Amino acid sequence: MSSIKIELRQQDVDKINEICDSFNNEPLELINVLHKTQEHFGYLPAEVQEVIASKLNISTAQVYGVVTFYSFFTMTPKGKHPISICMGTACYVRGAEKVLDEFKKELSLQVGQTTPDGKFSLSSLRCVGACGLAPVVLVGDKTYGRVAPDDVKAILKEYA
Amino acid sequence: METIKLTIDNKQIEVEKGTTILGAARKLGIDIPTLCHMKLDDLNIENKPGGCRICVVEVHGRRNLSPACITKCDDGAVIRTHTPRVMNARRTVMEFILSDHPKDCLICPKSGHCELQDMANRLGIREIPGQEIAEMSTYRKDTSPSIIRDLDKCIMCRRCEMMCNEVQTVGAIGAFNRGFMAAVGPAFEQNLEYSPCTYCGQCVAVCPTGALTEVDHTRDVLRAIVDPYKVVVVQTAPAVRAALGEEFGMKPGTLVTGKLVSALKELGFDYVFDTDFAADLTIMEEGTELLSRLGKFLKGDKNANIPILTSCCPGWVNFFEHNYPELKDVPSTAKSPQQMFGAIAKSYFADKIKVDRKNMVVVSIMPCLAKKYESQRPEFSVDGNPDVDFSISTRELAHFIRQANIDFVNLPDSDFDRPLGESTGAGVIFGNTGGVIEAAVRTAYELFTGKKLSRLDFSELRGMEGVRQATIDFDGFPLSIGIAHGLGNARKLLDEVKAGRSKFHAIEVMACPGGCIGGGGQPLHHGDSSILKARAKAIYEEDKNKPIRVSHENPYIIQLYKEYLGEPNSEKAHHLLHTHYFDRKAKIVVKP
Repeated sequence: MSSIKIELRQQDVDKINEICDSFNNEPLELINVLHKTQEHFGYLPAEVQEVIASKLNISTAQVYGVVTFYSFFTMTPKGKHPISICMGTACYVRGAEKVLDEFKKELSLQVGQTTPDGKFSLSSLRCVGACGLAPVVLVGDKTYGRVAPDDVKAILKEYA
Repeated sequence: METIKLTIDNKQIEVEKGTTILGAARKLGIDIPTLCHMKLDDLNIENKPGGCRICVVEVHGRRNLSPACITKCDDGAVIRTHTPRVMNARRTVMEFILSDHPKDCLICPKSGHCELQDMANRLGIREIPGQEIAEMSTYRKDTSPSIIRDLDKCIMCRRCEMMCNEVQTVGAIGAFNRGFMAAVGPAFEQNLEYSPCTYCGQCVAVCPTGALTEVDHTRDVLRAIVDPYKVVVVQTAPAVRAALGEEFGMKPGTLVTGKLVSALKELGFDYVFDTDFAADLTIMEEGTELLSRLGKFLKGDKNANIPILTSCCPGWVNFFEHNYPELKDVPSTAKSPQQMFGAIAKSYFADKIKVDRKNMVVVSIMPCLAKKYESQRPEFSVDGNPDVDFSISTRELAHFIRQANIDFVNLPDSDFDRPLGESTGAGVIFGNTGGVIEAAVRTAYELFTGKKLSRLDFSELRGMEGVRQATIDFDGFPLSIGIAHGLGNARKLLDEVKAGRSKFHAIEVMACPGGCIGGGGQPLHHGDSSILKARAKAIYEEDKNKPIRVSHENPYIIQLYKEYLGEPNSEKAHHLLHTHYFDRKAKIVVKP
């Protein structure tokens, strides 16, 4: 279980119920419900999944199965500045892995983790559609192209 | 019905449109090997994720091999099931599956009954290429009161998931993660104990490997028997006698009651009794409760809690405690026969033979895994001493008998000991779906009308349909009865009760498909539903051959009330034989 134990506030429960209601509490809309919920909370902790399961009248095991199947969904809160390194084919052959390793080293993080101060989180993704700029790194909404391992320190400094 | 014609292994066949290649081949008697696929015909249960790829066949004109369990037959198709290409593919698939499977078959609880082991043998696998460099997925073991999960042995056939979600609608387990990390388990990878699991054991009953097995108590039982200061009393459930023989190569549906008693005596139990006795006792208590609620109901009492729901099945009890806690006053308060037996053995019988309850060990032989959990419920103990110390399954008993080198098939018949071994035909049929309510009807009718029944076989209450209903004429009063087996079917009836729409006066529920005869602790049926039908038939046969077939005429039950309990639902009976239920619904914690 890779979630932080939290207690929900009534307004959080109301928000989840509202999202489920907007999809008519239809179990087949589970993925859409999860999308909207993650958009609101930033992540999908166990407690949130339990509320969704109870509202849609499906088992929590089923919700958890979907959350863990799709890499877009996460059970850990993302950092203030989420860092994504593209590992698509073009980026990969141009050295994205070395860039990723440098981020891991600099932040002492593994992919999927968040720094203890909540500032940075690290993830890898497959192709952002900017192969001409390979290798590509995203920090929040900002895109960095032709990133070399030596550039990593400077990028992180921008957010210090 | 639209039909199509095709050729499989040079044999022509005409089948209904929509039939799978596997289905058509089986009609021709061609045995295509399968691993993840499982079909229980009469119960409408089928698992075909098409995941394992052991059943691939060659379809003429198709470039790739096709999985037979999910590929529908085309008109005019030419299919070959055992070509060199197919055999080669099957072996490769099997080698991949085995490369990520432990090789400790010697001490695996499923050894000898493992479908994966059988398949490796059938396909002639003698080595696994690349084993030295192959990665193995590992997962922690999870032990609950009834079931052990050892996911290292899981091959992702997903039969357990299908049983838990679609058949039982319990939703305790599901597949999570993806690829190599994929596994099946409760939400957030918690232990089974913290999930809505009812311990019905249907996941264990269908698991092809050692990934899901029961907690084995045979060692504890052996120690109790060895201990000279302990009096060890054993009770056997009705469904055990109709299935145990299968473990020793006997035909499904062979009744082995007498041999079972002999075997238990040879194993060294001090008293061999029958849970059927306690089933008769259950009928006295539950039947009286039914009539008293019915009386109130007929007087217009809105809170009479009609329909009354049976409460013999611990999987079912767990189910409503988890899912319908608002209805927890509706089921009968009567304990299950296993627990009634334990309570009486450690009070009435212990007094009789002048043994302190602490020096008495009560063992139960059950077709069930939920009984293990039930016996450990704290409300079923006195000062920490449980009424039933150990509950072992039919399968565990078979292992035990083999260990003792008992030639089961050639054992002579013996009779149960008195007084807790005497039972009626009504007690026996508790093992079948519909049996508890039939037994209750036999007694309730005579108590309600004051008349003798003209017939004892209520065929309208029998059968394999998931939800059944019948109306029994109680001398002018039509008693309306509902029956469900399988928890998914029970849910349908329960939703009606919850909505106040139920038209029944009494409802019987058994958690397992077929009732206890199809319990999670029975010899594995490996997907053959004719075995369940044979067991059911055997149970009705035993009933027919009993000299007494109504519970209230059991002379030892009459004696028990006279000497000890007073009358059904008396204060003493309530203290020893009744219980109450708990709200176990998962709560969502909200910060104030």
